[in-house]
Amino acid sequence: MKTGTWKVKTGLAQMLKGGVIMDIINAEQAKIAQQAGACAVMALERVPADIRAAGGVARMADPTVIEAIMKAVSVPVMAKCRIGHFVEAQALEALGVDFIDESEVLTPADESHHVWKHDFKVPFVCGCRDLGEALRRIGEGAAMIRTKGEAGTGNIVEAVRHMRAVMDGIRQLVKTPQEELMAKAKEMGAPFELVEEVHKTGKLSVVNFAAGGVATPTDAALMMQLGADGVFVGSGIFKSSNPEVRAKAIVRATTHYKDPKIIAEVSKNLGEAMPGLDIKQIPTEELLAPRGW
Amino acid sequence: MRIGILAVQGAFAEHIAILRQLEVEALPVRLPRELKGLDGLIIPGGESTTISHLIQDYNLMAEIRSLAEDSLPILGTCAGMILLADKISDSELEPIGVMDLTVRRNAFGRQKDSFETELKIPALGEKPFPGVFIRAPIIEQANSGTEILARLADNTIVAARKGKLLACAFHPELTDDPRFHQYFLDIAAGRQ
Repeated sequence: MKTGTWKVKTGLAQMLKGGVIMDIINAEQAKIAQQAGACAVMALERVPADIRAAGGVARMADPTVIEAIMKAVSVPVMAKCRIGHFVEAQALEALGVDFIDESEVLTPADESHHVWKHDFKVPFVCGCRDLGEALRRIGEGAAMIRTKGEAGTGNIVEAVRHMRAVMDGIRQLVKTPQEELMAKAKEMGAPFELVEEVHKTGKLSVVNFAAGGVATPTDAALMMQLGADGVFVGSGIFKSSNPEVRAKAIVRATTHYKDPKIIAEVSKNLGEAMPGLDIKQIPTEELLAPRGW
Repeated sequence: MRIGILAVQGAFAEHIAILRQLEVEALPVRLPRELKGLDGLIIPGGESTTISHLIQDYNLMAEIRSLAEDSLPILGTCAGMILLADKISDSELEPIGVMDLTVRRNAFGRQKDSFETELKIPALGEKPFPGVFIRAPIIEQANSGTEILARLADNTIVAARKGKLLACAFHPELTDDPRFHQYFLDIAAGRQ
């Protein structure tokens, strides 16, 4: 029996496809998320909107919070470590979380290097803004990729930008002749073997979710139609006026993302969405997406 | 042959890809009307809780149950096996419940306990089958008339068949080996 293989790491991400992963901060929210149909939950001390508001250094959640959530639900439990903070990652692995998000939402611990994720048995998901960044993270051992978007804003614009950039990057590589792939790899700052693989297969070798700004069922379906394999919803659920109903609606819209009638139906009477932020009003140094190298 | 793949959540695209390699028409199923005219149905791996909730919408669960009772061939892998079973230990989850099995979810532990191993499956021939177990369930009890197709070295039951219903705890759709799918197609075609 072999545990921690690349196949079982990427395989868990494949099992999450077509689903919604929800940020939650306690056992009660975890149960609401599971009941609404979340395919996994992200255990946090604060949702991104509150991290943004609080400022200061954002770190891995208290293990007590994570353990309480692991006890409360049967769906996979994810947790976040800071970029490059491999000891937070070791601690999360020791707790038995099912997936680690090496996340730009927390304050980076290393401004040059990410965690070498191949050393771990637990799979990792990492954010990206374009194909080069996605392939760097996969090269380091990420078994799943997500767009960064701009977490905690309730504004989908950055997630759309990042998903389009990834998809466009793939289309460009497919058209690039073999002899130009090395120069492309250099330009993208991505491992040659992974660049060549995308050129040949026309797709990423791991699952790619959308994240960072999803607040409504139509946002979720938009990201699915743009090519996401599934959706993370951070502050969008528990910062809205009726989390239970909104969570259920986002799950339904993700499943039926090609069916506008169902999307319209589930979008009715959801109450207030989370308050949104215009990205242009956020000071550059407070943006989360540029974190990551 | 037309095989439907329940596509509300999970690894349905992987099943569709294998069936298309085997030159079988493979169609995603999200609504009851998409169940019409099928020669078989696959319930994929994914999150059993999520899939169970989603198929209670639009009466999909009841439709699948009634088709199974009318002997529609069904293959359930991992979460799909959980949903086919009529009893789930320690769980409030509502299964489709058409196979005479008791299953336990996450029976090996959490993701760090997910594993790969070679399986002996006599129905598929001598060559071992690549078993991929991800937060996998097990069959705790298979009742009379159920054929056991595969066990782990410690005797744990991980695949079973009853009539035209086939269930496994592992993920043939994550391998390059099409024999398990071919076996299901043979059942669906009445060759097995």
